[in-house]
Amino acid sequence: MRIIQSDVLSVGAGLAGERVAIEAAENGFSAICLSIVPARRSHSSAAQGGMQAALGNSAMGEGDSPDVHFADTVKGSDWGCDQEVARLFCNGAPIAMRQMAFWGVPWNRVVPGEQTYYKGGKPFTAFEKPENEGLIHSRNFGGTAKWRTCYTSDGTGHCVLFTLDNRAAQVGVTVVDKVEAVALIHDGETCMGAVVRCLKTGELTAYLAKATLIATGGFGRIYRESTNAVICDGGGLIAALDTGVASLGNMEAVQFHPTGIVPTDILVTEGCRGDGGTLLDKNEYRFMPDYEPDKAELASRDVVSRRMTEHMRKGLGVASPYGDHLWLDIRHLGEHHIRTKLREVDEICQSFLGVDPVTQLIPVRPTQHYSMGGVRTNKDGAAYGLKGLFSAGESACWDMHGFNRLGGNSLAETVVAGMIVGAKIVEFLKGTESVIKTGVVRDAMAAQEARIKGLVAGVNGRENPYAVKNAMHDAIMKGAGIFRNGHDLEVCVADLQEILARSRKVGLRSSGQGANPELTMALKIEGMVKLALCVAYGALKRTESRGAHTREDYPERNDRDWLTRTLATWQPGADLPTLAYEPATHTFELPPGDRGYGGGKIIARDE
Amino acid sequence: MGRTLTFDIFRYNPADPASRPHTDRFELEETERMTLFIALNKIREEIDPTLMFDFCCRAGICGACAMVINGRPGLACHTKTRDMPAAITLMPLPAFKLVGDLSVDTGTWFRGMYDKIESWVHTNKVFDPAAKEERMDNGLAERIYELDRCIECGCCVAACGTALMREDFLGAVALNRLARFILDPRDERTEKDYFDLVGTDEGIFGCMGLLACEDVCPKQIPLQEQLGKLRRKMALAAVKNLLPKFLNKDF
Repeated sequence: MRIIQSDVLSVGAGLAGERVAIEAAENGFSAICLSIVPARRSHSSAAQGGMQAALGNSAMGEGDSPDVHFADTVKGSDWGCDQEVARLFCNGAPIAMRQMAFWGVPWNRVVPGEQTYYKGGKPFTAFEKPENEGLIHSRNFGGTAKWRTCYTSDGTGHCVLFTLDNRAAQVGVTVVDKVEAVALIHDGETCMGAVVRCLKTGELTAYLAKATLIATGGFGRIYRESTNAVICDGGGLIAALDTGVASLGNMEAVQFHPTGIVPTDILVTEGCRGDGGTLLDKNEYRFMPDYEPDKAELASRDVVSRRMTEHMRKGLGVASPYGDHLWLDIRHLGEHHIRTKLREVDEICQSFLGVDPVTQLIPVRPTQHYSMGGVRTNKDGAAYGLKGLFSAGESACWDMHGFNRLGGNSLAETVVAGMIVGAKIVEFLKGTESVIKTGVVRDAMAAQEARIKGLVAGVNGRENPYAVKNAMHDAIMKGAGIFRNGHDLEVCVADLQEILARSRKVGLRSSGQGANPELTMALKIEGMVKLALCVAYGALKRTESRGAHTREDYPERNDRDWLTRTLATWQPGADLPTLAYEPATHTFELPPGDRGYGGGKIIARDE
Repeated sequence: MGRTLTFDIFRYNPADPASRPHTDRFELEETERMTLFIALNKIREEIDPTLMFDFCCRAGICGACAMVINGRPGLACHTKTRDMPAAITLMPLPAFKLVGDLSVDTGTWFRGMYDKIESWVHTNKVFDPAAKEERMDNGLAERIYELDRCIECGCCVAACGTALMREDFLGAVALNRLARFILDPRDERTEKDYFDLVGTDEGIFGCMGLLACEDVCPKQIPLQEQLGKLRRKMALAAVKNLLPKFLNKDF
């Protein structure tokens, strides 16, 4: 049995995982990051927009402070967040951004004097103060009172990830790529590491650590249509859920983006609609003004996504080999505007669709985008239920996003949470000695070896893992998408329970040797269906609408009964998660109020 | 539409003693807006579950899906079948260790490269969390970003004559990376430090000037321009190193 030991083991080498590992390494502890892909290919790299931090350097950010950022974050969460955590995040963000600058991120900087910016497609000028020249600049993102999104042109995630990975190399973090954690090693009380499968050779290794961190990002790939990278399949969450003791928080809180392109679900920016782009149906009729007379295409992300879905359900979507979609029309903005101000959109259309947006319509549909839910942790990043287990980034429910996160807050969370949780893990390491129960390690390894042998031999059956995955996609897209209601969710849960039974009977058609992709899928599919069930079952039970969770049959936000966080655990052999609830927040710095958009009635706490 | 596409795909599984390198043929009906990402996933899910290939972001940002497409290194995610003949040949990138079929190990290669050139900001300063950030000219930040755009897909290495002949050649990607740090005032390394890293045949002097690196770069990074600049800078540094110390000032 191959065993590798370290102080910190991060499952995941994106921004959150690497930031934690760096903190540990800087404090003299050994740190290993595991990654399915080379670290620099992590989904963190795909975030183009930016990171929110109240630096207040730019003209449009003047007067900004962590207090204003905090208010935006809590409102954005629809009061579903932990306010203590939101406060830690907003106070920490400026420090984290400056630290990233110190390590080498080429943030865009303030250029003094009169500058031309755009809002709603219209140019305006603002005067940048000479005394702020060369400080970190910020751009506009939806849902914020001030411009506070730090950025590096259109490649923020990429630049920040490369800089952090450089720093990780400098301080001696070991990054092992093309490996995947298939199970956690634990005795029901303490987490001791993970069983890890090499995706180059198929070999299993036990990685043992004092502190194990889940930092595997989102789980968007339980949906067919997702903007997430193909590696965002919830691997770390599955490992946590399979322990039977760790909890997943708010799994029903899933954010959709209105304009993923069809068929590959890559995003085109909301800037298209901001600049005057319109949405058309199969008759090339502009339908948004019928639903939202005031704001039309400029209504908030969740509202536009819902209306698009509603319209397609009426049979007005465009049929395609990849399912129904709608059209985004930016032709009337003209060639000059499209090729310069919307250059990135132009490139995406040309490169991935072969569509010229100057003369052609862009096929789009609402697409799964961000998972607010994840491994439930306390404010220190420590997972509920297992000592020595931590989580940070999108894979965690820390929980500063509540039921809807703001643009730019997710990318910022990775490094801010990494910094804060990293420091807490260092404290933990200083006060903890390794407890390795060799019997537990041996049993965990043996269980995974047996599982792999069973899949190859087809001891439980020969269900095709890809067919099971497609059935899961059908069920969750239909029942637990943007619009939710009791009936559809009940059907969805029942379907997923049947699919779960099928997932337990998968077997390989191939030999499973080496880096076999069929085995990789087969090892994961049962866990993915369980995550889908946590989403659907949690959504069924939550009889209210909050943030991205919209119940047609319960349109009001119900603070009286549901100012809570859902906690899901999974008992061995069960075919549904066990749900429990805790208060959304223990402290109210900002009492529940109106979000200011999205409409809807609120049932107050004291009603 | 309605074409039948034939895919001739390189096959070899190093973990299987019975496997021999060969080519398998697959046929698919072309669909509207089909990319190689869609086609390869369809082949794996519907025809051959063992087919190994890499995709990650599938949006041209991460570089995972580089392969040799009809003889030319490129990203499979933004290769549309409608821009190609009906006969498509896919091979793994050369110069990297083969994992299996179309999948190669770029991670080990790149990690070795950036350990060699010490790909991080070298500074003796200590970060002060209470202080404001150090200022930088925005134009300079944007110039650094232009070089930071490399996604390490490996296309330039796979297309490089020198890299195919000598394993220790750092390649255009490394020189571009170093150019980024030379430009960055936060990095306190001297010209001599840089010369020690790349002033050899493994570095700037190994390049044969075939220009293929720049031709195949999916991000259109001006790799040859960076190499040219580096060579001039390093040549100057070499001359300065020969001069007596009292003359050895920055000029």
